[in-house]
Amino acid sequence: MEPVIIIPAYNEEKVIANVLKELQKQNYHNLIVVDDGSKDNTAKIAESLKVKVIRHPINRGQGAALKTGIDYALEQGNDILVTFDADGQFKVEEIKAMIEPIQKKEVDVTLGSRFLGKTVNMPFLKKVTLKGGVAFTYLFSRIKLSDTHNGFKAFSKEAAAKLELRQDRMAHASEMIDEINKKKIKYKEVPVTVIYTDYTKEKGQSITNSARIVFHLLMKKVAK
Amino acid sequence: MSLSIIQVILIVFILFAISRVILRFKEKKIGWRVFLFWSTIWILGIITIYLPSSAEYFAQLLGIGRAVDLILYVSVALLFYLIFRIYVKINQIDEAITKIVRDIAIEKTKNKHESKPTPEDR
Repeated sequence: MEPVIIIPAYNEEKVIANVLKELQKQNYHNLIVVDDGSKDNTAKIAESLKVKVIRHPINRGQGAALKTGIDYALEQGNDILVTFDADGQFKVEEIKAMIEPIQKKEVDVTLGSRFLGKTVNMPFLKKVTLKGGVAFTYLFSRIKLSDTHNGFKAFSKEAAAKLELRQDRMAHASEMIDEINKKKIKYKEVPVTVIYTDYTKEKGQSITNSARIVFHLLMKKVAK
Repeated sequence: MSLSIIQVILIVFILFAISRVILRFKEKKIGWRVFLFWSTIWILGIITIYLPSSAEYFAQLLGIGRAVDLILYVSVALLFYLIFRIYVKINQIDEAITKIVRDIAIEKTKNKHESKPTPEDR
């Protein structure tokens, strides 16, 4: 069972080639890049490496891009779906450990956790923000996880089909966990390495953004 | 009873607003419920401006000292409610846009990979 690797990307022309080449080198050829309306050459670069690209005509946010990738992957009849970041902060070798519990039918979803793994160079402020996310998720969804905002995840097709994802922007990470909890999907955290480089630090989420995420989640609850 | 300048300005403005509401209703851009809602609000506005003592009466009835306070309370509550409604509406539109973008993106990819190359692609 070859997994499909879904890679949402927005203006990642500097790094996407490296990530895709590394995946191909380690024999992952079922790749889907969801280009979320990038203004640079992200899509062209991915296509030049013979990777399937789904292109949002306008930017709709990472959550929206992920769902597009998941919908397409399910339509194409894939059994195991992996979500992977385009900026090179995850390690391709760790995909194996992520999909193994699903292949063995132990669980339906695996969630990468940088706090269980050997994370490199995490800035202190990042750690504080992420732990805030963990605490908020516990209050909001009653799920106790060590890392709630990690894009490295794997799903069985049954689990992926059950998730109702409506958050387009960054609040999608909390929403996903909420959905896993609500639909009683069996999950497990798997240690992963997150490599912080200057590039990923710049692209990452700021604290002010976290406040916005909380606002979006709460508003969506009342506005349903 | 003579009207002060501010009363005239406000009443003229409200009459303009009412004319817009009637126009939209005639054009069938709004339903009768929305039409009634806005007409009521604007007519209440005219009454309070023309006869401030009427607002005074209601304020005292509700135990609020001044008529101006009553008007402010009601206006602020109404504004917040309308903002909330607009927020919900924008959210719905946002979700709809994402769905359209997603469908277009997936459809395009499918056409590219599943059909034979057309002369255009070459």
